Amino acid sequence: MNLHGIKQISAALHSKDISVQELHDIYTNRHAIHAEQLNCFINTTPELAKKQIKSSQALIDSNQANILTGIPIVHKDLFCTKDIKTTCASHMLENFVAPYDATIVENLNQAGMVTLAKANMDEFAMGSSNENSYFGAVKNPWDHNRVPGGSSGGSAALVAAGLSPIATGSDTGGSIRQPAALCGVTGIKPTYGRASRYGMVAFASSLDQAGVFARSAEDCTLILSQMCGFDPKDSTSAQVDNENFAINQNQSIKGLKVGVISEWMDLLPENIKLTTQQAINKLKDLGAELVEIELPTAHLAVSAYYVIASAECSSNLSRFDGIRYGQQCSNPKDLNDLYVRSRTEGFGEEVKRRIMVGTWALSAGFYDAYYRKAQKIRRLISEDFKNAFKNVDCIASPVSPEIAFEFNAKKDPVSMYQADVFTIPSSLAGLPCMSMPIGLVDNLPVGLQLIGKNLSESTILNVAHQYQQDTNFHNLVAEGYHE
Amino acid sequence: MLINRKEVEQIAVLAKLRVSESEIDAIATSLDSVVEMINHINEVNTDHVKPMANPMDAVQRLRVDVVKETSKKEQLLSMASNADDDYYLVPTVVE
Repeated sequence: MNLHGIKQISAALHSKDISVQELHDIYTNRHAIHAEQLNCFINTTPELAKKQIKSSQALIDSNQANILTGIPIVHKDLFCTKDIKTTCASHMLENFVAPYDATIVENLNQAGMVTLAKANMDEFAMGSSNENSYFGAVKNPWDHNRVPGGSSGGSAALVAAGLSPIATGSDTGGSIRQPAALCGVTGIKPTYGRASRYGMVAFASSLDQAGVFARSAEDCTLILSQMCGFDPKDSTSAQVDNENFAINQNQSIKGLKVGVISEWMDLLPENIKLTTQQAINKLKDLGAELVEIELPTAHLAVSAYYVIASAECSSNLSRFDGIRYGQQCSNPKDLNDLYVRSRTEGFGEEVKRRIMVGTWALSAGFYDAYYRKAQKIRRLISEDFKNAFKNVDCIASPVSPEIAFEFNAKKDPVSMYQADVFTIPSSLAGLPCMSMPIGLVDNLPVGLQLIGKNLSESTILNVAHQYQQDTNFHNLVAEGYHE
Repeated sequence: MLINRKEVEQIAVLAKLRVSESEIDAIATSLDSVVEMINHINEVNTDHVKPMANPMDAVQRLRVDVVKETSKKEQLLSMASNADDDYYLVPTVVE
Protein backbone atom coordinates (compact mmCIF):
# COMPACT_ATOMS: atom_id res chain seq x y z
CA MET A 1 0.00 0.00 0.00
CA ASN A 2 0.97 3.60 -0.50
CA LEU A 3 2.49 4.94 2.72
CA HIS A 4 3.05 8.41 1.30
CA GLY A 5 1.01 11.08 2.93
CA ILE A 6 -1.32 11.37 5.89
CA LYS A 7 -4.40 11.69 3.69
CA GLN A 8 -3.82 8.35 1.97
CA ILE A 9 -2.85 6.54 5.18
CA SER A 10 -5.84 7.98 7.01
CA ALA A 11 -8.20 6.99 4.19
CA ALA A 12 -6.88 3.42 4.37
CA LEU A 13 -7.41 3.36 8.15
CA HIS A 14 -10.93 4.73 7.89
CA SER A 15 -11.94 2.35 5.10
CA LYS A 16 -10.49 -0.56 7.16
CA ASP A 17 -8.06 -1.49 4.38
CA ILE A 18 -5.49 -1.54 7.15
CA SER A 19 -5.68 -1.53 10.94
CA VAL A 20 -3.69 0.79 13.20
CA GLN A 21 -1.75 -2.25 14.41
CA GLU A 22 -0.88 -3.32 10.85
CA LEU A 23 0.20 0.20 9.99
CA HIS A 24 2.35 0.35 13.12
CA ASP A 25 3.94 -3.01 12.24
CA ILE A 26 4.94 -1.79 8.78
CA TYR A 27 6.99 0.95 10.42
CA THR A 28 8.45 -1.15 13.22
CA ASN A 29 9.51 -3.73 10.64
CA ARG A 30 11.39 -0.95 8.87
CA HIS A 31 12.91 0.10 12.21
CA ALA A 32 14.32 -3.42 12.60
CA ILE A 33 16.15 -3.01 9.30
CA HIS A 34 17.31 0.61 9.40
CA ALA A 35 17.06 2.25 12.83
CA GLU A 36 20.20 0.91 14.45
CA GLN A 37 22.37 1.70 11.45
CA LEU A 38 21.08 5.30 11.27
CA ASN A 39 21.14 5.72 15.08
CA CYS A 40 18.11 8.00 14.74
CA PHE A 41 16.28 6.85 17.89
CA ILE A 42 17.32 7.26 21.51
CA ASN A 43 14.46 5.18 22.89
CA THR A 44 11.54 3.41 21.28
CA THR A 45 8.17 3.54 23.03
CA PRO A 46 6.42 0.18 22.43
CA GLU A 47 4.35 0.25 25.64
CA LEU A 48 2.93 3.68 24.91
CA ALA A 49 2.35 2.72 21.27
CA LYS A 50 0.42 -0.37 22.36
CA LYS A 51 -2.01 1.75 24.41
CA GLN A 52 -2.35 4.36 21.69
CA ILE A 53 -2.94 1.74 18.97
CA LYS A 54 -5.80 0.33 21.01
CA SER A 55 -7.40 3.70 21.77
CA SER A 56 -6.99 5.07 18.25
CA GLN A 57 -8.45 1.92 16.66
CA ALA A 58 -11.42 2.27 19.02
CA LEU A 59 -11.93 5.86 17.83
CA ILE A 60 -11.83 4.72 14.20
CA ASP A 61 -14.20 1.84 14.83
CA SER A 62 -16.71 4.15 16.52
CA ASN A 63 -16.44 6.82 13.81
CA GLN A 64 -14.98 9.35 16.24
CA ALA A 65 -11.61 9.60 14.54
CA ASN A 66 -10.04 12.57 12.80
CA ILE A 67 -7.48 12.61 10.01
CA LEU A 68 -4.51 12.16 12.39
CA THR A 69 -5.97 9.26 14.39
CA GLY A 70 -3.71 6.22 14.20
CA ILE A 71 -0.94 8.04 12.30
CA PRO A 72 2.54 7.21 13.67
CA ILE A 73 4.82 9.95 15.00
CA VAL A 74 8.28 10.25 16.58
CA HIS A 75 9.10 13.05 19.02
CA LYS A 76 12.46 14.77 19.26
CA ASP A 77 13.88 13.74 22.63
CA LEU A 78 13.60 17.21 24.15
CA PHE A 79 9.80 17.08 24.33
CA CYS A 80 8.74 15.77 27.71
CA THR A 81 6.74 12.55 27.50
CA LYS A 82 5.01 11.36 30.65
CA ASP A 83 6.56 8.24 32.22
CA ILE A 84 9.01 7.91 29.30
CA LYS A 85 12.63 9.01 29.29
CA THR A 86 13.41 12.46 27.91
CA THR A 87 17.18 12.63 27.61
CA CYS A 88 17.89 15.69 25.45
CA ALA A 89 20.71 13.47 24.11
CA SER A 90 22.66 14.36 27.25
CA HIS A 91 24.37 12.29 29.90
CA MET A 92 22.91 14.86 32.31
CA LEU A 93 19.36 13.64 31.56
CA GLU A 94 20.20 10.08 30.54
CA ASN A 95 17.70 8.65 33.04
CA PHE A 96 15.30 11.58 33.36
CA VAL A 97 11.63 10.61 33.23
CA ALA A 98 9.29 13.56 32.87
CA PRO A 99 6.23 13.66 35.12
CA TYR A 100 4.08 15.27 32.39
CA ASP A 101 3.64 15.59 28.62
CA ALA A 102 4.76 18.68 26.73
CA THR A 103 1.72 20.62 25.47
CA ILE A 104 2.49 19.85 21.83
CA VAL A 105 2.80 16.14 22.67
CA GLU A 106 -0.53 16.33 24.49
CA ASN A 107 -2.16 18.10 21.51
CA LEU A 108 -0.97 15.39 19.12
CA ASN A 109 -1.89 12.58 21.54
CA GLN A 110 -5.38 14.04 21.76
CA ALA A 111 -5.74 13.63 18.01
CA GLY A 112 -5.01 9.92 18.46
CA MET A 113 -1.51 9.78 17.00
CA VAL A 114 0.67 6.77 17.86
CA THR A 115 4.13 7.47 19.32
CA LEU A 116 6.84 5.18 17.95
CA ALA A 117 10.01 6.55 19.52
CA LYS A 118 12.05 9.51 20.78
CA ALA A 119 14.48 10.89 18.21
CA ASN A 120 18.21 11.45 18.55
CA MET A 121 19.47 15.05 18.40
CA ASP A 122 22.41 17.27 19.28
CA GLU A 123 22.76 17.53 23.05
CA PHE A 124 20.29 20.14 24.36
CA ALA A 125 19.61 21.05 20.70
CA MET A 126 23.03 22.68 20.36
CA GLY A 127 24.64 21.78 17.05
CA SER A 128 24.25 21.68 13.29
CA SER A 129 25.48 18.15 12.58
CA ASN A 130 24.14 15.82 15.28
CA GLU A 131 27.71 15.01 16.23
CA ASN A 132 27.06 16.46 19.71
CA SER A 133 24.70 13.70 20.85
CA TYR A 134 25.79 11.76 23.94
CA PHE A 135 24.32 8.71 22.19
CA GLY A 136 26.43 9.09 19.05
CA ALA A 137 25.78 10.87 15.77
CA VAL A 138 22.84 10.15 13.48
CA LYS A 139 23.79 9.12 9.94
CA ASN A 140 22.37 10.74 6.84
CA PRO A 141 20.29 8.15 4.89
CA TRP A 142 21.66 9.57 1.63
CA ASP A 143 25.26 8.84 2.60
CA HIS A 144 26.17 7.14 5.85
CA ASN A 145 29.52 8.95 5.96
CA ARG A 146 27.75 12.30 6.16
CA VAL A 147 25.88 14.24 8.82
CA PRO A 148 22.07 14.62 8.77
CA GLY A 149 22.38 18.22 10.01
CA GLY A 150 21.22 19.35 13.39
CA SER A 151 20.08 19.73 15.91
CA SER A 152 16.91 17.81 14.91
CA GLY A 153 19.02 15.39 12.83
CA GLY A 154 17.34 12.23 14.12
CA SER A 155 13.87 13.57 13.24
CA ALA A 156 14.95 14.57 9.71
CA ALA A 157 16.83 11.32 9.02
CA LEU A 158 14.04 9.04 10.21
CA VAL A 159 11.42 10.77 8.08
CA ALA A 160 13.80 10.63 5.09
CA ALA A 161 14.32 6.91 5.73
CA GLY A 162 10.57 6.23 5.96
CA LEU A 163 10.70 5.15 9.62
CA SER A 164 7.75 7.40 10.47
CA PRO A 165 5.66 9.68 8.28
CA ILE A 166 5.98 12.47 10.86
CA ALA A 167 8.49 13.66 13.43
CA THR A 168 8.51 16.67 15.70
CA GLY A 169 11.54 18.91 15.98
CA SER A 170 12.63 22.18 17.51
CA ASP A 171 14.34 25.12 15.87
CA THR A 172 16.35 27.78 17.70
CA GLY A 173 18.61 28.99 14.87
CA GLY A 174 17.90 26.52 12.07
CA SER A 175 17.55 23.16 13.83
CA ILE A 176 14.53 22.10 11.75
CA ARG A 177 15.29 23.76 8.41
CA GLN A 178 18.95 22.78 8.04
CA PRO A 179 18.51 19.03 8.75
CA ALA A 180 15.34 19.03 6.60
CA ALA A 181 17.45 20.42 3.74
CA LEU A 182 20.35 18.02 4.28
CA CYS A 183 18.08 14.95 4.48
CA GLY A 184 15.65 15.95 1.72
CA VAL A 185 12.43 16.33 3.72
CA THR A 186 10.00 19.19 4.39
CA GLY A 187 10.25 20.93 7.77
CA ILE A 188 8.62 24.01 9.25
CA LYS A 189 9.26 26.24 12.25
CA PRO A 190 6.16 28.33 12.98
CA THR A 191 6.13 31.92 14.24
CA TYR A 192 7.70 32.34 17.69
CA GLY A 193 4.92 31.78 20.21
CA ARG A 194 2.65 29.71 17.92
CA ALA A 195 3.61 26.35 19.41
CA SER A 196 3.79 26.01 23.16
CA ARG A 197 7.23 25.71 24.76
CA TYR A 198 5.72 24.07 27.86
CA GLY A 199 7.50 20.76 28.34
CA MET A 200 10.12 21.47 25.69
CA VAL A 201 13.50 21.44 27.44
CA ALA A 202 14.74 25.03 27.17
CA PHE A 203 17.88 26.07 25.32
CA ALA A 204 17.36 29.76 24.35
CA SER A 205 13.91 30.82 25.47
CA SER A 206 13.47 33.85 23.22
CA LEU A 207 14.26 31.75 20.13
CA ASP A 208 13.17 28.14 20.79
CA GLN A 209 10.17 27.03 18.77
CA ALA A 210 8.67 23.60 18.13
CA GLY A 211 7.91 22.43 14.60
CA VAL A 212 7.46 19.42 12.39
CA PHE A 213 9.05 17.24 9.69
CA ALA A 214 7.22 15.31 6.99
CA ARG A 215 7.73 14.43 3.34
CA SER A 216 5.29 17.05 2.11
CA ALA A 217 4.06 20.52 2.98
CA GLU A 218 0.54 19.10 3.00
CA ASP A 219 1.44 16.73 5.86
CA CYS A 220 3.28 19.49 7.75
CA THR A 221 0.12 21.60 7.46
CA LEU A 222 -2.10 18.93 8.99
CA ILE A 223 0.26 18.35 11.94
CA LEU A 224 1.03 22.00 12.59
CA SER A 225 -2.67 22.87 12.72
CA GLN A 226 -3.13 20.31 15.51
CA MET A 227 0.12 21.13 17.33
CA CYS A 228 -0.19 24.90 17.68
CA GLY A 229 -2.44 27.05 19.80
CA PHE A 230 -2.38 29.43 22.72
CA ASP A 231 -1.17 27.76 25.91
CA PRO A 232 -1.59 29.51 29.27
CA LYS A 233 1.23 27.31 30.64
CA ASP A 234 3.76 29.03 28.35
CA SER A 235 4.25 32.67 29.32
CA THR A 236 5.48 33.56 25.82
CA SER A 237 2.68 31.74 23.98
CA ALA A 238 1.17 34.02 21.32
CA GLN A 239 -2.40 35.01 22.19
CA VAL A 240 -3.84 34.37 18.76
CA ASP A 241 -6.71 32.15 17.64
CA ASN A 242 -6.07 28.58 16.59
CA GLU A 243 -5.70 28.37 12.86
CA ASN A 244 -6.26 25.75 10.24
CA PHE A 245 -3.12 26.32 8.19
CA ALA A 246 -4.68 24.49 5.24
CA ILE A 247 -6.95 27.46 4.66
CA ASN A 248 -4.92 28.73 1.67
CA GLN A 249 -3.68 25.31 0.63
CA ASN A 250 -5.19 25.18 -2.81
CA GLN A 251 -4.85 28.79 -3.84
CA SER A 252 -2.79 29.61 -6.90
CA ILE A 253 0.36 31.59 -6.15
CA LYS A 254 -0.24 33.70 -9.26
CA GLY A 255 0.68 37.29 -8.47
CA LEU A 256 2.26 36.38 -5.10
CA LYS A 257 5.34 38.53 -4.54
CA VAL A 258 8.35 36.43 -3.57
CA GLY A 259 11.46 38.21 -2.28
CA VAL A 260 14.87 37.05 -3.46
CA ILE A 261 18.17 38.01 -1.81
CA SER A 262 20.93 38.10 -4.48
CA GLU A 263 23.58 38.75 -1.87
CA TRP A 264 22.82 35.36 -0.25
CA MET A 265 22.65 33.55 -3.58
CA ASP A 266 26.14 34.81 -4.38
CA LEU A 267 27.50 33.10 -1.26
CA LEU A 268 26.53 29.66 -2.62
CA PRO A 269 28.80 27.24 -4.47
CA GLU A 270 27.88 27.20 -8.17
CA ASN A 271 26.03 23.84 -8.17
CA ILE A 272 23.83 24.67 -5.15
CA LYS A 273 23.21 28.14 -6.56
CA LEU A 274 22.00 26.66 -9.85
CA THR A 275 19.60 24.24 -8.11
CA THR A 276 18.30 27.05 -5.87
CA GLN A 277 17.84 29.35 -8.84
CA GLN A 278 15.90 26.65 -10.70
CA ALA A 279 13.54 26.24 -7.75
CA ILE A 280 12.97 30.00 -7.55
CA ASN A 281 12.33 30.07 -11.30
CA LYS A 282 9.77 27.32 -10.82
CA LEU A 283 7.90 29.59 -8.39
CA LYS A 284 7.94 32.21 -11.14
CA ASP A 285 6.58 29.65 -13.63
CA LEU A 286 3.77 28.99 -11.16
CA GLY A 287 2.84 32.67 -11.34
CA ALA A 288 4.84 34.26 -8.53
CA GLU A 289 6.43 37.63 -9.12
CA LEU A 290 10.09 37.73 -8.05
CA VAL A 291 11.19 40.89 -6.25
CA GLU A 292 14.78 41.66 -5.28
CA ILE A 293 15.11 42.54 -1.58
CA GLU A 294 17.93 43.48 0.77
CA LEU A 295 18.50 42.66 4.44
CA PRO A 296 21.34 45.08 5.26
CA THR A 297 22.00 43.89 8.84
CA ALA A 298 21.54 40.15 8.29
CA HIS A 299 25.29 39.57 7.91
CA LEU A 300 25.58 40.25 11.68
CA ALA A 301 22.90 37.70 12.57
CA VAL A 302 25.23 34.79 13.38
CA SER A 303 27.33 37.00 15.69
CA ALA A 304 24.29 38.43 17.49
CA TYR A 305 22.70 34.99 17.71
CA TYR A 306 25.70 33.44 19.47
CA VAL A 307 25.54 36.14 22.13
CA ILE A 308 21.79 35.84 22.71
CA ALA A 309 21.51 32.06 22.40
CA SER A 310 24.59 31.40 24.53
CA ALA A 311 23.51 33.88 27.21
CA GLU A 312 20.04 32.34 27.43
CA CYS A 313 21.59 28.86 27.38
CA SER A 314 23.88 29.62 30.30
CA SER A 315 20.93 30.97 32.26
CA ASN A 316 18.56 28.10 31.38
CA LEU A 317 21.09 25.34 32.00
CA SER A 318 21.96 26.71 35.44
CA ARG A 319 18.94 24.66 36.61
CA PHE A 320 21.01 21.49 36.25
CA ASP A 321 22.48 21.34 39.73
CA GLY A 322 22.70 17.56 40.14
CA ILE A 323 20.28 17.74 43.06
CA ARG A 324 16.65 17.96 41.99
CA TYR A 325 16.90 15.87 38.84
CA GLY A 326 19.52 14.79 36.35
CA GLN A 327 22.90 13.21 36.76
CA GLN A 328 24.68 13.55 40.12
CA CYS A 329 28.40 12.90 40.59
CA SER A 330 29.48 10.19 43.03
CA ASN A 331 30.83 11.03 46.51
CA PRO A 332 30.75 14.82 46.40
CA LYS A 333 33.02 16.27 49.07
CA ASP A 334 30.93 19.43 49.54
CA LEU A 335 28.03 21.27 47.90
CA ASN A 336 30.18 23.16 45.43
CA ASP A 337 31.95 19.97 44.43
CA LEU A 338 28.53 18.38 43.84
CA TYR A 339 27.46 21.23 41.54
CA VAL A 340 30.74 21.46 39.66
CA ARG A 341 31.40 17.77 39.12
CA SER A 342 27.77 16.89 38.29
CA ARG A 343 27.74 19.61 35.62
CA THR A 344 31.23 18.91 34.30
CA GLU A 345 30.51 15.18 34.00
CA GLY A 346 26.92 15.65 32.79
CA PHE A 347 27.39 18.11 29.92
CA GLY A 348 29.23 17.52 26.64
CA GLU A 349 31.90 19.74 25.12
CA GLU A 350 29.69 21.98 22.92
CA VAL A 351 27.13 22.55 25.68
CA LYS A 352 29.92 23.56 28.09
CA ARG A 353 31.39 25.87 25.46
CA ARG A 354 28.07 27.67 25.01
CA ILE A 355 27.48 27.90 28.75
CA MET A 356 30.92 29.49 29.08
CA VAL A 357 30.38 31.94 26.19
CA GLY A 358 27.03 32.92 27.69
CA THR A 359 28.42 33.24 31.20
CA TRP A 360 31.16 35.48 29.84
CA ALA A 361 28.70 37.65 27.85
CA LEU A 362 26.47 38.12 30.89
CA SER A 363 29.29 38.70 33.39
CA ALA A 364 29.83 42.02 35.14
CA GLY A 365 30.94 44.75 32.78
CA PHE A 366 30.05 42.86 29.60
CA TYR A 367 26.25 42.83 29.74
CA ASP A 368 25.70 46.11 27.89
CA ALA A 369 28.53 45.57 25.45
CA TYR A 370 27.33 42.12 24.40
CA TYR A 371 23.86 40.95 25.44
CA ARG A 372 22.20 44.35 25.15
CA LYS A 373 24.12 45.20 22.00
CA ALA A 374 23.10 41.87 20.41
CA GLN A 375 19.46 42.55 21.27
CA LYS A 376 19.78 45.88 19.45
CA ILE A 377 21.20 44.12 16.40
CA ARG A 378 18.27 41.74 16.67
CA ARG A 379 15.92 44.73 16.43
CA LEU A 380 17.72 45.99 13.30
CA ILE A 381 17.45 42.56 11.64
CA SER A 382 13.77 42.38 12.51
CA GLU A 383 13.28 45.88 10.99
CA ASP A 384 15.09 44.71 7.85
CA PHE A 385 12.50 41.95 7.45
CA LYS A 386 9.61 44.35 8.19
CA ASN A 387 10.85 46.69 5.46
CA ALA A 388 11.25 43.80 3.02
CA PHE A 389 7.73 42.59 3.75
CA LYS A 390 6.34 45.98 2.69
CA ASN A 391 7.08 44.84 -0.86
CA VAL A 392 6.81 41.04 -0.76
CA ASP A 393 4.48 38.35 0.59
CA CYS A 394 7.23 35.88 1.43
CA ILE A 395 10.95 35.31 0.85
CA ALA A 396 12.67 32.41 -0.95
CA SER A 397 16.31 31.82 -0.01
CA PRO A 398 18.91 29.10 0.42
CA VAL A 399 18.74 27.03 3.64
CA SER A 400 22.32 25.85 3.93
CA PRO A 401 25.50 27.07 2.24
CA GLU A 402 26.47 23.46 1.57
CA ILE A 403 25.12 19.94 1.08
CA ALA A 404 25.51 17.37 3.88
CA PHE A 405 29.16 17.33 4.95
CA GLU A 406 31.26 14.42 6.19
CA PHE A 407 31.61 13.55 9.86
CA ASN A 408 34.43 15.44 11.63
CA ALA A 409 34.67 17.88 8.70
CA LYS A 410 34.21 20.93 10.91
CA LYS A 411 36.63 20.87 13.78
CA ASP A 412 36.40 24.48 14.99
CA PRO A 413 33.13 25.84 16.43
CA VAL A 414 33.01 28.98 14.29
CA SER A 415 32.97 27.09 10.98
CA MET A 416 30.15 24.91 12.35
CA TYR A 417 28.21 28.01 13.44
CA GLN A 418 28.35 29.36 9.88
CA ALA A 419 26.24 26.38 8.75
CA ASP A 420 23.23 28.37 9.98
CA VAL A 421 24.07 31.66 8.26
CA PHE A 422 20.84 31.65 6.20
CA THR A 423 18.52 30.31 8.89
CA ILE A 424 19.51 32.45 11.88
CA PRO A 425 18.23 35.86 10.63
CA SER A 426 14.57 34.73 10.46
CA SER A 427 14.95 32.98 13.84
CA LEU A 428 16.05 36.24 15.45
CA ALA A 429 13.02 37.95 13.91
CA GLY A 430 10.73 35.14 15.16
CA LEU A 431 9.28 34.59 11.66
CA PRO A 432 7.64 31.41 10.34
CA CYS A 433 10.04 29.65 7.99
CA MET A 434 10.45 26.27 6.35
CA SER A 435 12.64 24.15 4.14
CA MET A 436 11.46 22.05 1.21
CA PRO A 437 13.46 19.69 -1.01
CA ILE A 438 14.33 21.08 -4.45
CA GLY A 439 16.64 18.48 -5.95
CA LEU A 440 20.00 16.79 -5.59
CA VAL A 441 23.59 18.00 -5.94
CA ASP A 442 26.18 15.21 -6.04
CA ASN A 443 23.31 12.87 -5.14
CA LEU A 444 22.65 14.77 -1.89
CA PRO A 445 19.52 16.82 -1.15
CA VAL A 446 19.27 20.61 -1.37
CA GLY A 447 16.49 22.65 0.27
CA LEU A 448 14.84 25.98 -0.38
CA GLN A 449 13.91 28.19 2.55
CA LEU A 450 10.58 30.02 2.55
CA ILE A 451 10.23 32.80 5.10
CA GLY A 452 6.87 34.40 5.85
CA LYS A 453 5.56 37.42 7.71
CA ASN A 454 4.64 36.86 11.34
CA LEU A 455 1.75 34.40 11.65
CA SER A 456 1.64 33.71 7.90
CA GLU A 457 2.40 29.98 8.10
CA SER A 458 -0.49 29.22 5.75
CA THR A 459 1.09 31.37 3.02
CA ILE A 460 4.49 29.66 2.99
CA LEU A 461 2.92 26.22 3.41
CA ASN A 462 0.77 26.92 0.36
CA VAL A 463 3.76 28.10 -1.70
CA ALA A 464 5.53 24.85 -0.81
CA HIS A 465 2.39 22.83 -1.53
CA GLN A 466 1.92 24.43 -4.95
CA TYR A 467 5.59 23.75 -5.74
CA GLN A 468 5.21 20.13 -4.62
CA GLN A 469 2.07 19.69 -6.73
CA ASP A 470 4.18 20.49 -9.76
CA THR A 471 7.47 18.74 -8.84
CA ASN A 472 8.50 15.43 -7.32
CA PHE A 473 11.65 16.32 -5.34
CA HIS A 474 9.86 15.83 -1.99
CA ASN A 475 9.20 12.21 -2.92
CA LEU A 476 12.83 11.36 -3.71
CA VAL A 477 14.12 8.59 -1.45
CA ALA A 478 17.71 7.59 -0.80
CA GLU A 479 18.94 4.32 -2.30
CA GLY A 480 18.11 1.40 -0.02
CA TYR A 481 15.22 3.18 1.73
CA HIS A 482 12.37 2.68 -0.74
CA GLU A 483 9.18 1.58 0.91
CA MET B 1 44.00 36.82 22.54
CA LEU B 2 40.61 38.20 23.61
CA ILE B 3 40.19 35.41 26.17
CA ASN B 4 43.22 34.29 28.18
CA ARG B 5 43.83 31.36 30.51
CA LYS B 6 42.97 33.34 33.62
CA GLU B 7 39.63 34.44 32.16
CA VAL B 8 38.75 30.86 31.23
CA GLU B 9 39.32 29.88 34.86
CA GLN B 10 37.12 32.74 36.08
CA ILE B 11 34.30 31.91 33.66
CA ALA B 12 34.43 28.26 34.72
CA VAL B 13 34.04 29.27 38.38
CA LEU B 14 30.99 31.41 37.54
CA ALA B 15 29.48 28.65 35.37
CA LYS B 16 30.12 25.96 38.00
CA LEU B 17 32.23 23.93 35.58
CA ARG B 18 35.67 22.45 36.05
CA VAL B 19 38.39 23.03 33.50
CA SER B 20 41.44 20.82 33.84
CA GLU B 21 44.95 22.14 33.34
CA SER B 22 45.36 20.04 30.20
CA GLU B 23 42.17 21.42 28.59
CA ILE B 24 42.60 25.08 29.40
CA ASP B 25 44.60 26.19 26.36
CA ALA B 26 42.28 24.45 23.91
CA ILE B 27 39.23 25.97 25.61
CA ALA B 28 40.82 29.44 25.58
CA THR B 29 41.53 29.10 21.86
CA SER B 30 38.01 27.96 21.05
CA LEU B 31 36.32 30.63 23.19
CA ASP B 32 38.64 33.20 21.68
CA SER B 33 37.53 32.27 18.15
CA VAL B 34 33.86 32.54 19.18
CA VAL B 35 34.40 35.93 20.83
CA GLU B 36 36.23 37.16 17.74
CA MET B 37 33.20 36.20 15.66
CA ILE B 38 30.80 37.77 18.16
CA ASN B 39 32.70 41.07 18.10
CA HIS B 40 31.37 41.81 14.61
CA ILE B 41 28.23 43.14 16.31
CA ASN B 42 30.26 46.26 17.10
CA GLU B 43 30.49 47.14 13.41
CA VAL B 44 27.10 48.88 13.49
CA ASN B 45 26.11 51.92 15.51
CA THR B 46 23.06 51.10 17.64
CA ASP B 47 22.94 54.18 19.90
CA HIS B 48 19.26 54.88 19.32
CA VAL B 49 18.02 51.33 18.83
CA LYS B 50 15.70 49.75 21.39
CA PRO B 51 16.86 46.26 22.45
CA MET B 52 14.58 43.43 21.32
CA ALA B 53 13.98 40.83 24.03
CA ASN B 54 11.00 39.10 22.42
CA PRO B 55 10.61 38.73 18.65
CA MET B 56 6.92 39.65 18.88
CA ASP B 57 7.73 42.49 21.32
CA ALA B 58 5.31 40.76 23.67
CA VAL B 59 5.56 41.34 27.39
CA GLN B 60 5.57 38.51 29.90
CA ARG B 61 2.01 37.56 30.72
CA LEU B 62 1.17 37.17 34.40
CA ARG B 63 -1.23 34.53 35.61
CA VAL B 64 -3.87 35.09 38.25
CA ASP B 65 -2.45 34.32 41.68
CA VAL B 66 -4.70 31.43 42.71
CA VAL B 67 -3.73 28.01 43.96
CA LYS B 68 -4.46 25.47 41.25
CA GLU B 69 -2.22 22.47 41.67
CA THR B 70 -2.08 19.91 44.36
CA SER B 71 1.29 18.98 45.81
CA LYS B 72 3.44 16.77 43.61
CA LYS B 73 6.04 16.35 46.33
CA GLU B 74 6.49 12.60 46.05
CA GLN B 75 6.62 12.64 42.28
CA LEU B 76 9.19 15.43 42.24
CA LEU B 77 11.36 14.04 45.02
CA SER B 78 11.43 10.67 43.25
CA MET B 79 13.35 12.32 40.39
CA ALA B 80 16.26 13.28 42.65
CA SER B 81 19.37 11.16 43.08
CA ASN B 82 19.26 11.64 46.85
CA ALA B 83 16.12 12.52 48.76
CA ASP B 84 14.53 11.87 52.11
CA ASP B 85 10.76 11.79 52.64
CA ASP B 86 10.58 15.56 52.72
CA TYR B 87 13.95 16.90 51.58
CA TYR B 88 16.62 16.81 48.93
CA LEU B 89 19.83 15.49 50.48
CA VAL B 90 23.09 17.32 49.85
CA PRO B 91 26.53 17.25 51.50
CA THR B 92 26.74 19.08 54.83
CA VAL B 93 26.74 22.84 54.32
CA VAL B 94 26.89 24.05 57.93
CA GLU B 95 28.79 21.96 60.49
